[in-house]
Amino acid sequence: MTSQGSGIKKLLIANRGEIAVRIIRAARDLGIRTVQVVSEADREMLAARMADEVMVIGPVQAAKSYLDIDAVLKAVSESGADAVHPGYGFLSESAEFARRVSELGVTFCGPDAATIERMGDKVNARTAAIEAGVPVVPGSDGRVAGLDAAVEVAERIGYPVMIKAAAGGGGRGIRIANTREELIAALPTAMNEARAGFGDDGVYIEAFIRNARHIEVQILGDGTRAVHLFERECSLQRRRQKVWEEAPAVALPDSVRADLCAAAVRLAEGVSYRGAGTLEYLYDMDREAFYFIEMNTRIQVEHPITEMITGVDLLREMLLIMGGEPLSLKQEDITARGHAIEVRINAENPDKNFFPAPGVLETLKVPGGPGVRFDTGVCEGDTIPPYYDSLLGKLIVWDRTRDAALAKLAGALGELQIGPKPTTASLHAALLMAPDIISGSVSTLWLEDWLATRAEDIRKSA
Amino acid sequence: MAITQIEAALPGLVFHRPSPEAEPFKAPGDAVAVGDTLALVEVMKSFIPIEAEVAGTFKGYAAPDGESIEPGDVLCEIEVSE
Repeated sequence: MTSQGSGIKKLLIANRGEIAVRIIRAARDLGIRTVQVVSEADREMLAARMADEVMVIGPVQAAKSYLDIDAVLKAVSESGADAVHPGYGFLSESAEFARRVSELGVTFCGPDAATIERMGDKVNARTAAIEAGVPVVPGSDGRVAGLDAAVEVAERIGYPVMIKAAAGGGGRGIRIANTREELIAALPTAMNEARAGFGDDGVYIEAFIRNARHIEVQILGDGTRAVHLFERECSLQRRRQKVWEEAPAVALPDSVRADLCAAAVRLAEGVSYRGAGTLEYLYDMDREAFYFIEMNTRIQVEHPITEMITGVDLLREMLLIMGGEPLSLKQEDITARGHAIEVRINAENPDKNFFPAPGVLETLKVPGGPGVRFDTGVCEGDTIPPYYDSLLGKLIVWDRTRDAALAKLAGALGELQIGPKPTTASLHAALLMAPDIISGSVSTLWLEDWLATRAEDIRKSA
Repeated sequence: MAITQIEAALPGLVFHRPSPEAEPFKAPGDAVAVGDTLALVEVMKSFIPIEAEVAGTFKGYAAPDGESIEPGDVLCEIEVSE
């Protein structure tokens, strides 16, 4: 078979599981040979069985295999690969890895190390966004000098506002003020607490977004030009882990969608972005405004829903660009059609606080039919190792409308047989019955609230 | 004095310390109270604390720090106080 002309001849996959399988399929379609690196726990995994070559790079611990830059680079040199695909997680956003791969004269399938470094740093990414005219969460841009300055900022951006300790982090040192009076009362306390807690009384003011949706825009860039492939909504999260994703985002007014996507292209072109990337935004339902929060400089877990609504194979486009071709897509050629939903099937027990459930997968019967896709890195009979993340597979459905996609998801979940260990498939079946899910009335806090209520119901009925 | 062996219930990686730089949870000779954390087992990126169900004196770790364990493997030993 002849390739479509990718400049890549031999691709090393520095990842595992379902995304390794996905990358191998995209490479195979382009006539690119594949080298799969594995830890000792993964010698028999599906991606290793599919790849043209397999190299064991270390023991079961990720730190000594998939995260060990020297071990991966040794395999790159020995295999003669001319490109490396990092997938997501592991070394995908390591600027050092990207730099050292290119120092070998090998293509890193992602943006260059400097771009990863710049966009991976929250402050630098925010600056890049502001330079590209992309809205960021409004705030004081640094410390407020005192009460008058704080009030001035708050009245400019509108209440409610957050008072955040400059030296705080991880949600600590935050107070909410809903009115001017509350701000005046809370500021001195917040500064005292900041001094006591962090040894620094500096505070800054930021808009408090009570009712937020997580909306992200997929982009592809070739270093000169970038296009967007519309948005995904990933508001359903537990402990900041996405659980259920949809494309397009139902709650977004068309004018906001256009602005959001255009802003993503501006930012991608502003940093001469190369490869596939995602700009994450918070959409404030009360203010009907969106704010850039961060950029992921890699392919994402939930990329298939974008593929389903646009018909674009993102991994293929990524490999073509990294092989040296200019972006083949023009913005006007990319259209979104219908509605897609992805649910993550994790080896976790949703009835026991998502306790991990590795072990032998005795049964795996995958659903089928038009508009149904199941991306996985495991087969029936495989042993799911305890050393890596719990993602077993992703069930993706597409249909002409969201209602039809929800019905299709229910049918596909009914067909899916996976066990005997618990998985999050049962959670998704329960979510499909929730009125807020059916109407799409969710926020980033919705799932945790719903889970807490459900846990209480289970406890009472026990 | 009876020696109790604490066995792993889950497969994963066993850690003797809360973080790589920290001291081990227990050293041989340390007193153990019921509920004390003895080790962490990392399973699918979750860290599950292994807590003592008996009181006594810590004898030592059987499974090496940072290495993989299977259910039934001995993690550590406690000399139970009467």
